[in-house]
Amino acid sequence: MSERQYKTVHFTLNGKPVEKNVDVRASLTDMLRNDFRMTSVKKGCEVGECGACTVIINGEAFDSCIYLAVWAEGKDITTLEGLMGPNGELADIQQAFIDETAIQCGFCSPGFILSAWEILNTGKEYTDEELRKLLSGHLCRCTGYENIFRAVKKTMLRRLGKEEEAEKVNEQGIVDTDERKPFASLDPTVQA
Amino acid sequence: MNIDNGYSAKGSSVIGKPLIRQDAHDKAIGRAKYVDDRCDQGALCVRILHSTVANGIVKSINTEEAEKIPGVVRVFTCFDCEKNYFPTPGHPWSVEKSHQDIADRLLLTDHPLYYGDDIAAVVAEDEVAAAQGIRALKDQVEYEELPFVLDVFDAIKEDAPLLHEKYPGNILAHTTINQGNYDEAIKEEGLIKVEGWYDVPTVQHCHIENFECFAYGEGDDRYVCVSSTQIPHIVRRVIGQALNMDWGKFRVIKPYVGGGFGNKQDALYEPLCVWLSMQLGGRCVKIDVPREETFVNNRVRHGERFHLISWLRKDGTLAARKYEAWADQGAYSSHGHAIAAKALNACPQLYPCDNFQGDAWTVYTNKPVAGAMRGYGMPQGSYAFEAHADDCARELGMDPLAFKRLNLMPVGFVHEFSHNELYSDTFNQCFDKGDEIIGYTKKYNEYKKPQTGDVRRGIGVATYWYNTAVYPIALETSSCRMVMNQDGSIQIQLGETEIGQGADTVAAQMAADTIGLTFDKCHTVSCQDTDLTPFGTGVYASRGTYTLGFSVRKTATLLKQKILDYAFELTRMQPYLLDIVDNNIIRKTDGRILMGIDELATTALYSLDHSVHLTAETTAHIKSNAYSFGACFAEVEVDIPMCRVRVLNIANVHDCGNVINPALAEAQVHGGMSMGIGYALSEKLLFDQKTGRPLNNNLLDYKLSSFMDHPRLIGDFVENYEPTSAYGTKGLGEPPVCPVAPAIRAAVAQATGCFINEIPLSPDLLFKKFVEAGLIEKEGGEANV
Repeated sequence: MSERQYKTVHFTLNGKPVEKNVDVRASLTDMLRNDFRMTSVKKGCEVGECGACTVIINGEAFDSCIYLAVWAEGKDITTLEGLMGPNGELADIQQAFIDETAIQCGFCSPGFILSAWEILNTGKEYTDEELRKLLSGHLCRCTGYENIFRAVKKTMLRRLGKEEEAEKVNEQGIVDTDERKPFASLDPTVQA
Repeated sequence: MNIDNGYSAKGSSVIGKPLIRQDAHDKAIGRAKYVDDRCDQGALCVRILHSTVANGIVKSINTEEAEKIPGVVRVFTCFDCEKNYFPTPGHPWSVEKSHQDIADRLLLTDHPLYYGDDIAAVVAEDEVAAAQGIRALKDQVEYEELPFVLDVFDAIKEDAPLLHEKYPGNILAHTTINQGNYDEAIKEEGLIKVEGWYDVPTVQHCHIENFECFAYGEGDDRYVCVSSTQIPHIVRRVIGQALNMDWGKFRVIKPYVGGGFGNKQDALYEPLCVWLSMQLGGRCVKIDVPREETFVNNRVRHGERFHLISWLRKDGTLAARKYEAWADQGAYSSHGHAIAAKALNACPQLYPCDNFQGDAWTVYTNKPVAGAMRGYGMPQGSYAFEAHADDCARELGMDPLAFKRLNLMPVGFVHEFSHNELYSDTFNQCFDKGDEIIGYTKKYNEYKKPQTGDVRRGIGVATYWYNTAVYPIALETSSCRMVMNQDGSIQIQLGETEIGQGADTVAAQMAADTIGLTFDKCHTVSCQDTDLTPFGTGVYASRGTYTLGFSVRKTATLLKQKILDYAFELTRMQPYLLDIVDNNIIRKTDGRILMGIDELATTALYSLDHSVHLTAETTAHIKSNAYSFGACFAEVEVDIPMCRVRVLNIANVHDCGNVINPALAEAQVHGGMSMGIGYALSEKLLFDQKTGRPLNNNLLDYKLSSFMDHPRLIGDFVENYEPTSAYGTKGLGEPPVCPVAPAIRAAVAQATGCFINEIPLSPDLLFKKFVEAGLIEKEGGEANV
């Protein structure tokens, strides 16, 4: 059996420069959890299926379980621990998850919040379908995604100054249209 | 009617309010600690070697190569464990032998009964070494392979391989219900016979936190196990039974749990984990089950096959019914027949019929073990009953909702055994509310007209029955401890665990209301620790809110009395003249505020004249039960050439009695609806018929509902105060999943004319059915299927 190989990685973690000597086989999840005790980075599958381990790398959301720790070299990495302000101020999306009861068991929440953070930081207004697609890399078994959807959509609208529309998000339960949509037009993974 | 419920007379400030859950902040900032987050970094890692035969005898395991791997600490095999069989299900223990759970599990077995059974364990310094150890062991197992059986109907054949000697025919249990005289009743003239077979698949819970536990020694021959469990006190008992040691030697700690849904209502790997720690001198050992193994080596939902016959009169009433069902238990008994029995018992209660003949069998097969899963047999039963009710309505040419309204349990119905009673016109209220929300009647009539084109629509409705808690089948008990702090706030401890559903928050709401404190003064201790937490059996059976309500009310009432007794010493006013409102001691006769509870609590603890610690602890033995009901309305669009179903609109309406926290209740409903959508459309655990090997035990190939598979979910309530309940509430945790699949099945049937009697309605099944129905042309023969 081959000798273990280690490498020192230097990166920014939640705004602070850090360095660590890591096993070259370690995942970013392992390093963040074990070496930095960033325990908000959750392990749900460890093969990139569930999204629970999501972190923000240079502004983009990644499954940290299928991202090698050594690839963190020179990167700017944010975990959920880094979203809170220095005096305990919550980010708008964190507060929205609390207010909309978008959290139940809480295990998928860190990943969802960070993906939402990435989506919201684009400053764009997405359609419902687009939001669903953007958030679909995360699995949740408790919420049915409904309150997560409300939290993200409301925060998006509020950031765009559309407070009145945000207030109406919870009322938009029923789709009432006669237009019948073929499945291929809805699912980007299906070729028409 | 003026209801004297004893608590809301003054207008509750906390009950019925959508208060923020107590753990929301910690979970939103990533501070909430789950099992793995609490584990010492130096813990040894365990990986388990699973059998590669579905039935066989392990003749030998050569551990030499595995033990040579650097980092591997020890390898334990089935030959290292005593053959001390133990039961695993999260039932309250029965002191009557005949009611005790079946003891059929070993820590590691030399007779694997399903592909994946646990035969050895590698303990290593890190996960990589443990995994390498497993790889090195895999080829070192010598099996005597035995024939195996995967299907329930094959398993009950005479020549089928027998899994457990004590259970001939592979039948774990068979129960019957006979009411009236079925054979005579069917002779009535002019009856219409409707017969159907309904199949539901094996599915898995898929909580996002996999099961994990770690164990270490403490003190003199005691062991601690920190586990992701719904049932810490039960797990402590099972560890004791499995290791044949005094139960008090073990301490089980439950931190935050990332979802349970019944899978964690079983002792899973806790006994093995403690045993491994024990073999290693109490060193900390952790078992972190990978997702792929969670699907196979924890528990699954029973697949079940139903055969239902109804004999109908032309006016739509039921003359006689026959029920047969076979539940797929998998290899070991776990919760066993309780699941199939629950559905059997429900059927003649949901649709009462004078002449009912019912049989349910639970059958062993060489597959992963079925146990409790959200709904405990009722998602299976509800699918079959409601699909069959729709088939009956179709045969009669009746509107299905009218057929259901006509035949469902009438107001005033009392079930003799459980003493459950239907007090209100719940079914019709739920139907009416759902109809209003989703526009069922209008849409049903519109979609009834002949449809053409590739994309067609339909709408369906289904209902269910659910028993809150387990009385009178088993013990119902709840204990609660309240400790008042110096500032007049309290800590609440309960055996009912927080697993995401919001139990901690509703307990605090109830306590606040009964004592007269504000919500922010009531802190439920989220972590259960069997050394510290009063005895409780945990959360399951949608019992949490109902059962903890009794002990919270009893304890809060006692604590309040103690506070008022002490207030007498400080105010000179008789306790019966006093009350507590919003953290103040008030004189009821004139409403004057006499003192703050903070002042009272500080004085009580530090008084040099009479110091007392204001605490209370009680146990409520519960001897009642409550029916929960509701309905699901689903509107779908079916793309026929694509064989895909899209849920367009969906609404669940539930009567769980008085809603304690509407925000949490609605969220529970959403989660159940989501699980129901997956059950209806995409979830099924598949097995290789040649080997018994699971084929899709990962989250890519096993399709639980994703964000894109859902429309907006609507959850609403009809609140009929439950008269048996401490706070008017009853079960809601499991019910929302029950009526979803049959509602979607009915909607798909209306859209396509295909009444499909199995789920999930996945494209491969729909293709087959649409070809049969001539909706799509079959090109090139079998190859397309």
